[in-house]
Amino acid sequence: MNIRQSFTTLFNNLLFQILQLIRNLLPPLLAICGFFLLCGIVLILRRQNLWEFYTTIFISGFSSFDEVGSVLFNSTPLIFTGLAVAIGYKCGLFNIGCEGQLYVAAFAATWVGIYLNLPSVMLVPLCIGAAMIAGSIWGAVPGFLKAKFGAHEVINTIMMNFVAFALTNFLVISVYREPDQMIPQTAQIHEAARLPRLSNMFPVLSQSNLLDASFLIACACVVICYIFLKYTRWGYELRLVGNAPEVAEYGGINPRVVTVWVMALSGAIAGLAGVADVMGYRHRFLDGFSSGWGFTGIAVALLGRNHPFGVLAAALLFGLLNKVALDIELILEVPRGLFLVGQGLLIVGLVCMEGISKRNN
Amino acid sequence: MILDLIPSTLRMTTPLGFAALGGIYSERTGIINIALEGMMLLGAYGYLVGAHASNSAWIGLLVGIALGVVLALLHAVATITFHAEQIVTGIAINILALGVTEYLIPTTDRVPGLPEMGLPFIGSYSVLVYLLPILMVVSHILLFKTPWGLRLRAAGESTEALRTLSLSRAKWQYFGVILSGIFAGIGGCFMVSDIHVFTKGMIGGRGYVALAAVIFGNWRPLYGVAACLLFGFASSLELTNLWKIPDQLIKSFPYILTMIVLAGLVGRARPPAALGKNES
Repeated sequence: MNIRQSFTTLFNNLLFQILQLIRNLLPPLLAICGFFLLCGIVLILRRQNLWEFYTTIFISGFSSFDEVGSVLFNSTPLIFTGLAVAIGYKCGLFNIGCEGQLYVAAFAATWVGIYLNLPSVMLVPLCIGAAMIAGSIWGAVPGFLKAKFGAHEVINTIMMNFVAFALTNFLVISVYREPDQMIPQTAQIHEAARLPRLSNMFPVLSQSNLLDASFLIACACVVICYIFLKYTRWGYELRLVGNAPEVAEYGGINPRVVTVWVMALSGAIAGLAGVADVMGYRHRFLDGFSSGWGFTGIAVALLGRNHPFGVLAAALLFGLLNKVALDIELILEVPRGLFLVGQGLLIVGLVCMEGISKRNN
Repeated sequence: MILDLIPSTLRMTTPLGFAALGGIYSERTGIINIALEGMMLLGAYGYLVGAHASNSAWIGLLVGIALGVVLALLHAVATITFHAEQIVTGIAINILALGVTEYLIPTTDRVPGLPEMGLPFIGSYSVLVYLLPILMVVSHILLFKTPWGLRLRAAGESTEALRTLSLSRAKWQYFGVILSGIFAGIGGCFMVSDIHVFTKGMIGGRGYVALAAVIFGNWRPLYGVAACLLFGFASSLELTNLWKIPDQLIKSFPYILTMIVLAGLVGRARPPAALGKNES
């Protein structure tokens, strides 16, 4: 009898967990289906072959290790920005400033990478550290303004974005521009500061494949964030402040302090997206290098339901879309804008579903 | 010297001013509108398409406004009817607007501009330049001197106030958001009408500057447009480069100013009390 009872409890527990999982996964899956359905409808309206569209997506994304490598390369910065937004969101903070944070961070990494001449073992961590510090400062300022003066972090992160664009633009054009160059970019960073390409380690990738070690850093970040949020004291404080600030305060946690360090942490993670571009790919700072990764990060976090592993999955999907968009444009002559429109509608659809379910609870 | 700056200041201020008025209407009803940028972009795009197809600036203006309203309706349905997160919806709409201009690739032809009216001493300007101060004053009177404005503001101050009058908060919010689409659309139209061509990045953060002006102007039409005038003056300095200040510094001036104001170091920003709050 006892065994049977505990078995039933176990079964019920399992059933509950599965239901919970479905509940969590349903909106993102619906949104993704809606996205591909919408693309399909547009394709039909354009009188183009649907089958060709979906097979092109598949071939462009998965047909070889190199294609997969490119997808991973495209998703790397999005993993970072997605995590940054998600960490903030878990604490009830909206970090729309990832774009600015990754720019200042990229510049800091470039500066260190150009002006310090050290062996790789020291230079790489120094560059990454400088980038994370720069990003965290850019995140901490809005956090501080919120904690101290109650100024809304959304407006301030947006404002900080524009200040970051202007600042790095000024530095690149007027101070650190590569001599005798029209392009607004700095000189290259030292060999020692560069992250290795993964094609050196994995021979399945061809030499021209751009995938670099920053992807591995991104994966490590996902795991670290998961452990941090779930199993550490700070992660607990962060979630508590996000869910119930009053309870946190009764428990002896100062929500203002948490606000500042969470924004700083979020900025530091967003900064790693800049690291990926500078140290892994371009090896220099190019003005305006990011194609809106900071903003896509919001969609990534939303689609991944602010869970680190969800963020990873969502970033891979968006990386796939970014990679495929090029081929779709080249082969099927469908402008890339279609995917942007789809992305916008996907986000709207998701937040609507979230709004409804919140209201029903 | 200063007189030379007047034309460029007015041309810089006008799109900002319209968008800011739009932002004020929306935020006064309690809906945060980060989508001003996208509404301006589609407004500009609509003007281009309309004016190019019909060769008439007025048709262009109508199409531009219509596209602004379409985006506003999307924002309104998502945030008011479905209680979606207002900031995320706004950002999504900005992405969507960018996508539309990339999907339906715009023509690079020159399009006609709106008629201009001359003013002694300082030159002739598009009719929209004159419309802005008129609408600013009208908005001020409507919002602060009429029962209509009182109700509109009540929607933004409290989630309950209108219900006690058995009025629908949602209706007023829809109204505010749609007005913001119209105004931001006009702002975008002005930009194409002014230079006769459209480029993808032409709004370049002006929607966000307008948002900054809304906050800096304490959610009031007169102060809001005055803030736009200040920002417009700053960016015309950037164009003429009178005092050899790095133009990036001038560019970030509105943003830094907004952060200072929001922090309460200069004056005190007092947003509508129920801004961003959904009915419970």
